[in-house]
Amino acid sequence: MRPATPEEAAALLRESEGPLRPRGGGTKPWGPADDGAVIETGGLGRIVEHNVGDFTAVLEAGVPLVEAQAAFAAAQQMLAFDPPADPKATIGGAMATNDTGPLRHRYGGLRDLVVGTTVALSDGTLASSGGRVIKNVAGYDLGKLFCGSHGTLGLITRVAVRLHPLVRETATAVGAAGDAGRLGEAAVALAARPLEADCLDVAWTGGEGRLLMRFAGAAAGAQAASAVAAMRELGLEDTAVEEDDDALWDAQRAAQRGDCVLKVAGRITDLPAVCRTGAAVVGRAGLGLFWIQLEPERERIAEVREALHPRACTLLDAPESLRGDTWPAADPGVLAVMERLKQRFDPARAFRPGAFVGGL
Amino acid sequence: MVRPMEELIGRLRAIVGDEWCFTQEHQLRTYESDGLLQYAVRPGVAVLPADTEQVQACVKACAEAGVAWVARGSGSGLSGGALPLADGVLIVVSRMSRILEIDRANQRVCVEPGVTNIAVSSAVAPELFYPPDPSSQIVCSIGGNVAENSGGAHCFKYGFTTNYVCGLEVVLADGEIVMLGGQELDQPGYDLLGAFVGSEGTLGIATKIWLRVVPSPETVKTLVAFFDSTHAAGEAVSEIVQSGVVPGAIEMMDKVAIQASEAMANAGYPVGRGAALLVELDGAERECEARFDQVLGICERCGSDDVRIARDETERALFWKTRKAAFPAMGRISPNYFVQDGVIPRTRLPEVLDAIEGLAEEYGMVVANVFHAGDGNLHPLVCFDGRVDGEAARAEELSGRIMDACLQAGGSITGEHGVGVDKKRYMAKMFAEADLDAFQRLRCAFDPAGLANPGKVMPTPRLCGEVPGIYREHPLEAAGLAERF
Repeated sequence: MRPATPEEAAALLRESEGPLRPRGGGTKPWGPADDGAVIETGGLGRIVEHNVGDFTAVLEAGVPLVEAQAAFAAAQQMLAFDPPADPKATIGGAMATNDTGPLRHRYGGLRDLVVGTTVALSDGTLASSGGRVIKNVAGYDLGKLFCGSHGTLGLITRVAVRLHPLVRETATAVGAAGDAGRLGEAAVALAARPLEADCLDVAWTGGEGRLLMRFAGAAAGAQAASAVAAMRELGLEDTAVEEDDDALWDAQRAAQRGDCVLKVAGRITDLPAVCRTGAAVVGRAGLGLFWIQLEPERERIAEVREALHPRACTLLDAPESLRGDTWPAADPGVLAVMERLKQRFDPARAFRPGAFVGGL
Repeated sequence: MVRPMEELIGRLRAIVGDEWCFTQEHQLRTYESDGLLQYAVRPGVAVLPADTEQVQACVKACAEAGVAWVARGSGSGLSGGALPLADGVLIVVSRMSRILEIDRANQRVCVEPGVTNIAVSSAVAPELFYPPDPSSQIVCSIGGNVAENSGGAHCFKYGFTTNYVCGLEVVLADGEIVMLGGQELDQPGYDLLGAFVGSEGTLGIATKIWLRVVPSPETVKTLVAFFDSTHAAGEAVSEIVQSGVVPGAIEMMDKVAIQASEAMANAGYPVGRGAALLVELDGAERECEARFDQVLGICERCGSDDVRIARDETERALFWKTRKAAFPAMGRISPNYFVQDGVIPRTRLPEVLDAIEGLAEEYGMVVANVFHAGDGNLHPLVCFDGRVDGEAARAEELSGRIMDACLQAGGSITGEHGVGVDKKRYMAKMFAEADLDAFQRLRCAFDPAGLANPGKVMPTPRLCGEVPGIYREHPLEAAGLAERF
């Protein structure tokens, strides 16, 4: 199925019996494999509005992120959202999978940037929530429910987002350590400084790692220099200001993907423990989110989960044989509410039955 | 034979203790209204539980008796969200006011719902702070902020309550306790936390709240610029935002609001000027300095010949006091007023202000304008004299037409005050039946029996179990006024 409009998507859903698997660019085949008929959003490819003066835009779900960003950049604006680059990745897919990137440090996740959402449900209902103004508390925030729902509640057909000024001058402060504990202490201290960085990331591999702190704006170079001074005080080595820093950040993003990647929903202070799992790690050091590259073996995944218990570790990229193990166990009380939610929004269980947390 | 309500009151009394269970008229009068005084309902009974267990026991007792309840924080809300039910229970969380945990390294604070907004920032000052800052922050509770997804003057840059709540312990309407989210971000599963924040007390009652706090800005620079008209000031706002500056706050007051506020705050503002624009930049010192000169230049270019820069914290506090005095000050020039909370895309500001002015003239009434200009959140204050027959009704009608003007500009009926009882009749103007139906599905997933704050938010009462409707054309869409959203 490849609807050309949200209305057509709703009509197709009304006729369909399921099971269904929504698909954007097909770049994130995450979660347990399911054999649903694919409903793809490639036909929902219009940038419906770009309200330059209001710093907002309305995108159909199938709009590739790179295409949207190019349109915004032409007006010196951006969607402050930079997940791992893939030309095929769409706004709808990024939202459904709650993908994220280094800019999350300053601007929040996609859940924080989406101001309006239209979804098509399995009974053919086409429902909107929010709006297209950046401040709005009328009605319930269904956008947040669908963000990270992995296509199991319904099909996201249209999204309104808030934009930010695009700042081209950037500079990154970098500092290294061979000791995970020292790196962790530095991360805690840097996260607490009033430096207003755009990004604060960690990269760890082969028993050593570094922190990267990116600044944007006219004073970016000077701010990075003061961050470097702070890093030295905190005992980091090989400190430097990188003015030409795009490649550094491309690498951070790229390391969120791989053959077998476990995402850790952690705390800032978890950094040393995550590094000590012995694998290659990248993460948002100021937010406590980490991505661990693992050998694609069931025992290894279980071992890392055990070491980081009780943090929730979700398997993202993985061979199909391991993807049945995607989700950590959910609290039964919360799961009961999620089940009722699934029942209300998708009573036919048409959308990816069994593919979500707790077998939802 | 004991009537069911009396039996329930007996149970509640046993749970919270005699002294925290109110049934006498003089005790209940305190709780008749929240911050929106034109609505008043005396609750059947009010209870002030001490902890989560007592809240749970009260909610369970209500569920077993089939009696509906309303949660109340400090009662400073402006949409009647905490308006009690005459035949229901009011659960007041003001006794639950402990800060339970401060984790500076992880930038988290865990509080009970009755903790005031300001207390959170105070607890982690000076290194860290809690950004959402509603004008009522000295009294309003975090529990109420969570229910209403409260904003404040600094949300243009920092965001709203929903961007800072990461975990909630919630008592559901059936008495079950669940933990939504946690201290960590990105918990797998549906973002129930995101759905709960801003649900106006209709999905349950939060008993513990984990908040994200952030580093305090290194520098704050504040100015007030005076203009001949709101048009000129509005242009300055647009230019500032277009130039890539993201101010901590941009607040505007029109002529009437300046007059009233000055009478109360004595800040030395030039009464008679058309508009005052308060701009505050905060952040890293170097970036702030550079941007501040840019803002000064823009204000002057847009016609301001009177720009005042706060020289110290005292002067900054005075600028803010004058801005925050606007609502109470209005009480001095008018016996009564209605506050609106509409939002518009910022670029539509001039035409919507013209429309409001036209409407004020048409109705022969005074409308003062105070607004969060950065995010297009208007607070028109419709002044009237309630002692004059029919004035209140006309003021309400005028308010409704202002709301229509906001919706036609592509905006929202409420930016931060919430729908509550006050704006529910406008919901059907903003949302189609299918949208409301989807809202109801969410509500039913949390509270199938409809006991948590019924009669709020949704325009018409509805029960769970209704068959979901199908898509119908949106009223604005049908009129060719808006694309579907």
